[in-house]
Amino acid sequence: MAKIIGGLGTSHIPAIGGAIHKGLQQDPYWKPFFDGFPPIHEWLKAQKPDVMVIFYNDHGLNFFLDKMPTFAVGAAPQYVNSDEGWGIPSLEPLKGEVDLSWQIINHLVDKEFDITTCQELLVDHACSLPLKLFFPEGNYPVTVVPVCINTVQFPLPKAHRVYALGRAVGEAVAAWNSSKKVAFIASGGLSHQLEGTRAGFINKDFDLKFMESLLTNPEWATQFSIHELVEKTGTQGVELLAWLAMRAALTVGEGAGVRKVHSNYHIPISNTATGLLALEKVA
Amino acid sequence: MASNTPLPKIPGTTPFDGEQARKGYALNKMCFSFNSAENRAEFKNDEEAYMRKYGLTEPQAAAIRAKNVLQLLDAGGNAYYLAKFAGIFGLDMQDIGAQQTGMTKEEFKAKLVAAGK
Repeated sequence: MAKIIGGLGTSHIPAIGGAIHKGLQQDPYWKPFFDGFPPIHEWLKAQKPDVMVIFYNDHGLNFFLDKMPTFAVGAAPQYVNSDEGWGIPSLEPLKGEVDLSWQIINHLVDKEFDITTCQELLVDHACSLPLKLFFPEGNYPVTVVPVCINTVQFPLPKAHRVYALGRAVGEAVAAWNSSKKVAFIASGGLSHQLEGTRAGFINKDFDLKFMESLLTNPEWATQFSIHELVEKTGTQGVELLAWLAMRAALTVGEGAGVRKVHSNYHIPISNTATGLLALEKVA
Repeated sequence: MASNTPLPKIPGTTPFDGEQARKGYALNKMCFSFNSAENRAEFKNDEEAYMRKYGLTEPQAAAIRAKNVLQLLDAGGNAYYLAKFAGIFGLDMQDIGAQQTGMTKEEFKAKLVAAGK
């Protein structure tokens, strides 16, 4: 059976793409953000995952409001990043892990998650940037399965539903007849709000509590309604749903525990409080 | 709680719900089209013709002409699609944040930094 090695959470602000392109990693504005990554690079080099399942939200590259799935699972041999309209450079395509895609799709529907399946899927900065951040040399040594969670158009799926989805994805991976090593990525957050007179809202106290909860009490944030999460984290802070799914996926299989490999939290990058977390699954 | 019970208002915040999605459809569809460089060029070449092509309502067209983010939101715009419109004019998220909160860009950036203290 496949082996679940751990989970990674990171913010995915588009401006990061511009900073990487311009080589600004050591610039005083960017350094506190990029300095979070080397310990995770080391961990990845030691662990050597083969596949990454990415929980993320699309921001209007692949999905428009004409058809907006609540949960969508990629089942493509390749995922292409493309022009997102605001001038950040497109990154290299991601290779799909189609067998695992269908393993996940079959299991999710069996568990009564009525998902959308995508044999073609453009992936935006929410998928392309985490890969670039975790493997800065490029030529990524992993294949991927993207799992998209709607955070664009309300009503959004509830936190406890997203947690259950993450757990079911973890079950599917743990039962996958493969010798491959799999890690999960959560892409998004943490607290931020782009629009309205409340633009620039950030909630450091909540973010830090949330990150701590992923170690000690992973279901903690499922107590909140989406409305409460918007109030506490901002309209885009609800992207923390992806982190909940990632954490839930690690509760499956032998040993429900995790060990913190590394974490970082920095305010601000663009209008966002950035979070970074690497968890290793332990027996 | 029944799903038709109104939720308490979050100050300065309009969640992009079904009502906004219906109201803003034409505006957001136009902004979604700006994923293509060809469409961005077509818009820049004749903004009025491009807005007619997408059937924008008058308040939506007025908000586009004014490049006013709060007006665009009021007309049903969604932040993620509006960002593609803002990108045409080289506006970043701090420009947009400053405009919406009535601050200078420097003041808005200072507010973000202060949130980390």
